Amino acid sequence: MKIRIFSSKINILLLTGLITLGSTSQAQEPVRIAFMDPLSGTFASIGNSGLKLLQFAADYLYNSKGGILGGRMIEIVPLDNKQSPTETQLQFRRAISDDLRIIFQGNSSAVANTLSTTISRHNRRNPDQEVLQINYSAVDPILTGDNCSFWHFRFDAHVIMKLNVLTDYIAENENIKSMYIIGQDYSFGHVVSETSIELLNEKRPDIEIVGNEFHPIGQVKDFTPYVTKIVSSGADAVITGNFGADMVSLARAIIDAGLDIPIYTFYAAYDGITATLGEDGKNRIRLVHNETSNPIPTEERKDFIRAFKEKNPNYDVTQPRITNALQMVVNAMEITQSTNPYDIAIALEDMRFVTMSGEEIWMRGSDHQAFQDLHVSVHTDEGVEFDADNSGYGLYSEYKVSAEDTIDETSCNMRRPRR
Amino acid sequence: MGLIKKLSVWIGYLVALLVAPLFFDSILAISILNQMTIAIIFALSYNMLLGQGGMLSFGHAVYFGLGGFLAVHALILIEHETVFFSITFIPAIGGIIGLLAAVFIGSFSTRKAGTVFAMISLGIGELVASSSLIFSDFFGGEAGISGDRTFGPLFFGFDFAQNIEIYYLSAVWVFIATIFMYLFTQTPAGRMANAVRENPERAEFIGYSARKVRFISFCASGLFAGIAGGLFALNYEFITEENLNAITSGRVLLMAYIGGLGYFIGPIIGAVILTLMNSLLSNYSELWMLYLGIMFLLTVMFLPKGFAGFIMMHQTAWVKGSLKQLAVPYLITGIPALLFSTACVAIIEMSASEEEVFHYLGMELNPHSIFTWVIAIIIVVASFYATRRSLLQLANAWESANEIPDSKDSES
Amino acid sequence: MLEVFIFATLNGLVTGLLLFMLASGLTLIFSMMGVLNFAHASFYMLGAYFAFSISQYIGFWAGLIFAPLIVGVLGALVERYGLRRVHKSGHVAELVFTFGLAFLIEEIIQFVWGRDTKNYQYPDLLDFPLFTLFGQEFSAYRGFMIAISIGIFICLYRVLTKSRIGIIIQAAITHPNTVANLGHNVPLVFMGVFGVGTALAGLAGVIAGPVLTTFPGMAAVLGSIVFVIVVIGGLGSLAGAFIASLLIGLLQSYAIASDVGMADFLNLIGVSFERSHPLNDLWTLTLPQVAPILPYLLLVLVLVFRPTGLLGKREE
Repeated sequence: MKIRIFSSKINILLLTGLITLGSTSQAQEPVRIAFMDPLSGTFASIGNSGLKLLQFAADYLYNSKGGILGGRMIEIVPLDNKQSPTETQLQFRRAISDDLRIIFQGNSSAVANTLSTTISRHNRRNPDQEVLQINYSAVDPILTGDNCSFWHFRFDAHVIMKLNVLTDYIAENENIKSMYIIGQDYSFGHVVSETSIELLNEKRPDIEIVGNEFHPIGQVKDFTPYVTKIVSSGADAVITGNFGADMVSLARAIIDAGLDIPIYTFYAAYDGITATLGEDGKNRIRLVHNETSNPIPTEERKDFIRAFKEKNPNYDVTQPRITNALQMVVNAMEITQSTNPYDIAIALEDMRFVTMSGEEIWMRGSDHQAFQDLHVSVHTDEGVEFDADNSGYGLYSEYKVSAEDTIDETSCNMRRPRR
Repeated sequence: MGLIKKLSVWIGYLVALLVAPLFFDSILAISILNQMTIAIIFALSYNMLLGQGGMLSFGHAVYFGLGGFLAVHALILIEHETVFFSITFIPAIGGIIGLLAAVFIGSFSTRKAGTVFAMISLGIGELVASSSLIFSDFFGGEAGISGDRTFGPLFFGFDFAQNIEIYYLSAVWVFIATIFMYLFTQTPAGRMANAVRENPERAEFIGYSARKVRFISFCASGLFAGIAGGLFALNYEFITEENLNAITSGRVLLMAYIGGLGYFIGPIIGAVILTLMNSLLSNYSELWMLYLGIMFLLTVMFLPKGFAGFIMMHQTAWVKGSLKQLAVPYLITGIPALLFSTACVAIIEMSASEEEVFHYLGMELNPHSIFTWVIAIIIVVASFYATRRSLLQLANAWESANEIPDSKDSES
Repeated sequence: MLEVFIFATLNGLVTGLLLFMLASGLTLIFSMMGVLNFAHASFYMLGAYFAFSISQYIGFWAGLIFAPLIVGVLGALVERYGLRRVHKSGHVAELVFTFGLAFLIEEIIQFVWGRDTKNYQYPDLLDFPLFTLFGQEFSAYRGFMIAISIGIFICLYRVLTKSRIGIIIQAAITHPNTVANLGHNVPLVFMGVFGVGTALAGLAGVIAGPVLTTFPGMAAVLGSIVFVIVVIGGLGSLAGAFIASLLIGLLQSYAIASDVGMADFLNLIGVSFERSHPLNDLWTLTLPQVAPILPYLLLVLVLVFRPTGLLGKREE
């Protein structure tokens, strides 16, 4: 009982201790950037690997070379939103409280949507406290479509762009005559399903869609019953937008049933997934993604990955687009010599930037969507110089679509702040 | 005299609510205060079920969430000018929806108390949460739905664009809701709820239908949960599925329990503590949920009546005026206990840390050196031993402080 | 269609029997101590993680034996030093305690093993298809799972009906006070039953880990379903738990296998709706979509119409 009484005091002590540590002042005020993603709870592994990468990129690319804007260091401030829209709101208010005006956020489109709405509203009501959202991973098309915002920039390709590439790749495979689509019963799963059917009908009308299944997100114990349906449908391939444990369990159930068909995915690598699939998943699992996989085209990117692995041996460079986003934001700061969100946003619009991997990114001004080469990679251990989960297995690029071929029309009708 | 005393408590509560933002005026603090107002109503409404009615619910978020969803829909209607009224009444809409949902569900779930009721609430909670994801037109899927509170007629010139304005609105709602919930405990229905909790058969003997009494408590509880949901909608201007699923239901149970079920003020204390922990601790340690879990288990094990119960334990000593006798014994036990917890936290944090140098309470520790570990473990063992040893003197001091010297004095 | 039916039945059996391993322990604990152990599925998860760690160093078979033992000992300790202390504060306190314990175990697992999926594989010895039917393989490991579960059921049944301790337990289920009055050490029996119950959950975790993926959310996925089974089966009824487990396993499996939806039903009665109808989500609902929430619907229905559960005699 006595222990209980005092532990709350410890927390306060702990807090004050940390606060004093955090406030040790530097010669020049650092440029502070918030990183808002799940850092505790079920989805924490993806958030933590992103945070490690962003922190490392800031140190490796800028802080170790004397900083930016004439000697200012970049400080990354982690904010844990637990991948919950409600927590995101709270953390957003914390960010404003701490005068953090640039927020990197990526995981879950639901959170990105909430954040984008909140930021637009906040910026409209508080013109002196504007905030910028740098979305490095949320792929819901609506973010740069109907719900686009001047304060939101996306550095990943959205689902429809990715599916365009994936269906191009599938269309080239003459052996595929029938397709089974299975996904989590939520907006991303539905977009994947609807778009795949539409695109496949257009590109390969002969491919029959033999199944279109939704299952509740994160509630399925055993995917074998679903696999039974896939088998009996006689499908030649599967498309799924599943992520996390739902992805692993589905792939494992397919493999365990002895079903030897390709599985086309978005999120079937890293965070233990690659290691778990291992040999069984070899040459079966394919992913569509932006930024490169093996073989890494440039020495610059290779050095970066090696240095990252040296510092964080248990993490991988899971989302290389984070570095692109950081580099472009810093570039915008250098151009305008400002850290004001409005100036950065204006500079980012229609910026063209060559990444460490030697690919050019174009940030379209009309909807703030980035365009970059897209790849389809296979899960394998052959030719994999940089593996995932230290398992020997990793991604090997099989197919590439250049940036200009991924450009689509946008329904964005952006409301710009008056200046 | 009793009336004045009671009134002064209420006035103090109102003043505390109104003055709080003057002392804690950062954007973050206002947001935490806003959260607290919502949590207080929600936890108090939960206490009407569990603390007063003896009904353990695992699905209380259903009424909170449904109230919130309808409230956001009402905001959207106001924005589209389909209806025209001030947004200050939005929580009432949430309350009505919470009440309607409770009337419907309570009509069959309150037939039995105990495990049957608990399991029905669990089942209903899962059903509603899952359905909300399936019916995405109304519930907006996992992204939820969002509205804007600045539309509709102005309320005495306020458009409620700023969080501080919403705070004052919430404070008024919280105050009114708290008064009504307190008054409910004084009504015959509220009193009978206690009786039915303790002994349903006897309650039936004296002519009350246990089921009807439970049903009334259940509906009242749904009403206030809905009001809390409506306040949530106003404060955040959106609502998602997570606000009616098992996580939210679990959280309100934690709040009410940690605060102390048997006391009216308990859930308020629990709401304040948990909101603070949730919003402050999570930014200093990735492992905050681990600490929360440990704290919760220790509370259940050692403070079965929660924090309010712990405070009330000192009532006798307070009345007797012997409270200060306890100060030194508390310190004697407290210091090693504090040391023990600090060292334990250090060990946990060190084993999770991957950094070369680990900052802790202004010290720089090296988690890779055996030396650091040995020291930490010695402190843990020694302080644990010291705490154990000091418990006896605390128990003795406790006894003497609560000793009733003369049976005449014990009246007050 | 036939192959779908056969495989749906087999899948339902595997899931159902696995659920029974959890439910059997839970129902014993519940009927003796009156505690709905919310942390039961967490012990299942602990079993999987311990077995994963052991399999890394010694091998799968060692994990199969030692992991449930470790989990059982942990369970007994929790009963002795946690639950027993809380017991005097009443049933609600006990329930809330196990609720918090479930939360804590999940956090501890993330702390010790990390949050990512664990590469826990079944042994090479069982890595072959048991049989192939209509082009679909049924893996030997799943056969092994069925065998273990049935073996456990038989053992449990024999122990409970034939052995002395079994008779005491049975008596304690129905007449706990009388048993105490007869001079049996009821607290010790409680601790033993709690230990055995959690060990069974641990064993279920060991064998389920490789096929159902070992990750920190695996307890949450199963958690409340197990209560549903215990309550539907009837409090204190092992046979009821067995029937309810199979019922739920098969129900979910058949629901997924079917392709029936609301639209088919509406077509049958000659009604159709536009896609733009406000209740479009309702008209396009399919049975597979709602499969995982069917148990909860069943739970509510059973409790409303038969609060004692299918085979239960005692009302709580």
